[in-house]
Amino acid sequence: MRLIFLIALLLAGSAHALDKAAVEKLAFGDGDERIAAIGQLVAEADPRAYEVLKALGEGELQTAGKRVLIVRGDEGVDAATGEKVAPLPPEREDVVANNRLRGAIGDALAGLRLLAPERAPRLTAARELAAGSDAAMLPLVKKALEKENDPDIRPLLELAVASMEMKSGDKAQRLAAIRMLGASTSPNSKTLLAEAARDADVDIRSEAQKSLRAVEGRLAWGERAGLLFAGISLGSILLLAALGLAITYGLMGVINMAHGELIMIGAYATYVVQNLFRAYLPGAFDWYLLAAVPAAFVVSACVGMLLERVVIRWLYGRPLETLLATWGISLMLIQGVRTLFGAQNVQVENPAFMSGGIQVLSNVVLPWSRIMIILFAGLVLAGMWAMLTRTRLGLFVRGVTQNRAMASCVGVPTARVDTWAFGLGSGIAGLAGCALSQLGNVGPDLGQGYIVDSFMVVVFGGVGQLAGTVYAALTLGFANKLLESWSGAVLAKIAVLVFIIVFIQRRPQGLFALKGRALES
Amino acid sequence: MTRLYGARGWLAIGAAALVLFVVFPLLSLKVPQGSPLHLSQYWVTLAGKIMCYAIVAIAMDLVWGYCGILSLGHGLFFALGGYGMGMYLMRQIGREGQYQSELPDFMVFLDWKEFPWQWWNTDHFWWAMLLAVAVPGLLAFVFGYFAFRSRVKGVYFSIITQALTFAAMLLFFRNNTGFGGNNGFTDFKRILGFSITTPETRMALFAVTGAVLFGTLLLARWIVTSKLGRVLTAIRDAETRVAFCGYDTVHYKVAVFTLSAVICGIAGALYVPQVGIINPGEMSPANSIEIAIWVALGGRGTLVGPIIGAGVVNGAKSFFTQAFPEYWLYFLGLLFILATLFLPKGIAGLAQQWRERQARAHGGAEADAREPSASPRKTVEQGTPRRHEAPAMDAARSRA
Repeated sequence: MRLIFLIALLLAGSAHALDKAAVEKLAFGDGDERIAAIGQLVAEADPRAYEVLKALGEGELQTAGKRVLIVRGDEGVDAATGEKVAPLPPEREDVVANNRLRGAIGDALAGLRLLAPERAPRLTAARELAAGSDAAMLPLVKKALEKENDPDIRPLLELAVASMEMKSGDKAQRLAAIRMLGASTSPNSKTLLAEAARDADVDIRSEAQKSLRAVEGRLAWGERAGLLFAGISLGSILLLAALGLAITYGLMGVINMAHGELIMIGAYATYVVQNLFRAYLPGAFDWYLLAAVPAAFVVSACVGMLLERVVIRWLYGRPLETLLATWGISLMLIQGVRTLFGAQNVQVENPAFMSGGIQVLSNVVLPWSRIMIILFAGLVLAGMWAMLTRTRLGLFVRGVTQNRAMASCVGVPTARVDTWAFGLGSGIAGLAGCALSQLGNVGPDLGQGYIVDSFMVVVFGGVGQLAGTVYAALTLGFANKLLESWSGAVLAKIAVLVFIIVFIQRRPQGLFALKGRALES
Repeated sequence: MTRLYGARGWLAIGAAALVLFVVFPLLSLKVPQGSPLHLSQYWVTLAGKIMCYAIVAIAMDLVWGYCGILSLGHGLFFALGGYGMGMYLMRQIGREGQYQSELPDFMVFLDWKEFPWQWWNTDHFWWAMLLAVAVPGLLAFVFGYFAFRSRVKGVYFSIITQALTFAAMLLFFRNNTGFGGNNGFTDFKRILGFSITTPETRMALFAVTGAVLFGTLLLARWIVTSKLGRVLTAIRDAETRVAFCGYDTVHYKVAVFTLSAVICGIAGALYVPQVGIINPGEMSPANSIEIAIWVALGGRGTLVGPIIGAGVVNGAKSFFTQAFPEYWLYFLGLLFILATLFLPKGIAGLAQQWRERQARAHGGAEADAREPSASPRKTVEQGTPRRHEAPAMDAARSRA
């Protein structure tokens, strides 16, 4: 409403009764007549036109006999004049808008908003129109372009004009439009030009092909940057999922099939913390993640330590049995979460600072959530590295994994170190869960999707090699995204799995193998 | 043949055969429906299904129990066999599908005009059966050859077979792969010209499954009692030593792995007409791990144990999923944990312990006299896996 008021201010003085015939055509006419009527109304650039079209779009336009009314609740106004109609006529019929009409109305409203004095609505309207709109809007957009002098909005409008002229104008106009589009960087102009490049007219075709190449050249950089980012992003997710496993499997040699479920528990811990914040600290809701990160770590670590004490401890040295037992644990954890939270996915909301993104190029937007997770993965990696190399516990863990008997001889409590190390790995899995809860659905099956991936990362990188895990995660992330752009997500995933399987045949020790001469390992 | 089992063993097999081939058909076909002795279709199907699982369990026991290879790809081999049979059954539907087309409904739905190449000749039963055994066999042969040649073993092998299964599942979930996407094959009408829903056809399928089960058991028993079986057991216990003795262990492992995959394929082919559906869900890694627990619970390296294990677990599954669906996963999970922690030799091992205790209670002298005749193989078969894995583990630890 405020917007309409502003438009009214802008057009002060020009506010008069709308063309009655146009309004009637809009209400009573057939398909083409109504579209034409919209064009007519828009051309008047009148706040009442905005009102009428909006009412039609929202299903508030009704007819009573020959009169066209806007009815909201019990109050009615005459659509053409804006006069109040005090007792509403009893017999009214709704004016129904079909999909084609709705599209035209949307464009028309955007067009009218172009005339608003505020920058923000003009910018969004210009974006909407530049993304493709009906040719009927051309006069209005041209009118707006004359008045417009904002450096961000002008190019968008020029683009919109060009794309409209390209569809409808005469040959000279179309050629000019094609040249114009050739200077843009929007993915939409690429599709438009690709269409024109198949045109019957030879001149248009060659000109369009030239422009298309120019646009594609400019877009290619964006696509490459986007691919790079997507690769790093997927790599960081894989890394988070696999880091915990790099400790429990890589260092300790425990085949933990419940690793995915520890991730899932971390995600659910985040969910619980979120709900607590919503219930008790709604003011600080945006900062719930700060509490959720340690909570996810602690909960998963405790579950992990409990598992180590109760089950896994008794199976050291029997890897195949460990595999089966931990699989059993994972089944029970999944069902446990189903019993506690229900089988449905739960909603974990992103805090405000995680939504949105940075627009780097016209076709590349880096979402904040992804950037945060890349940073988070880096932090976790650094923390884990510091933990293993700079603390007493890390020293013990390395000592026990390198030579258990000797570590025990010099007084390291090996059994307790096992528990702590397993807890550390599990806790990192919980951190991964906390991060994943910000990206996708959180449900009892969350972990199942990551178990094969994380094992692949650890095996590919070389068991027992932290650096290998990092390289493997990034390599697989990139490979996946690169293949995805060629062949689609599922085939890419299959190809990566097959690649790893073949790779393991060639180098069973993974990317970074410690050189040794042992036959049995 | 008589060497395979003792007199009591053959007696037990004969009794089981009597139940499967005489009692079951009589109760299901001859006893009238209202009678309390009548065996309904549900039970025949369930028993047939469990027998298919038992065949898979024997195949798994051959590679895991006797050769120490824990394959998590057996669910894949099973499903591939099932898809082979499924293709034939889909062709047998003919024009009776929803769209009255020569093509299966899902292809009409995808607007395909002709069968893709994978479906070539699948309207012939023999070709479909060939596919059902050859595809899993070939896959296992190629995969096994490369894996074993590069000395991928133990848990590594388990993990990459799991990755293989997972990749195959993703592949079969795609509509473009040509196997019905995530719906798979269903709505079968007839097999070899007989309607698939009549009690007679079902009983025939049941009997064939039973025969295959016995055949598989005897074949497996023949293998493990032969010299080949001895080499396999030796590979399980000390592969390096066997290799130093001059055996090419890769060949033995590939052979038993391939055979095992073929058996799984046959089981899958028998499974599909009885349950009436096959979809990529059968390939999920969870199913393959479940096969391992049948074997572990029944007792590795016993052949009869895995049959019992498959029966117990799947019987419990049917019971739980009907009576207490929400507790099934707790039960299964607990089974995994307890079986590995407290029953390293499985149910069969438990039975043997109990027999030994009985013998001792009856009188020391008699028991001592019987002990040696209880076959020296037992000590080789059951005592060793733990002993040989422990040093390997230490090596792994020190390497890391």
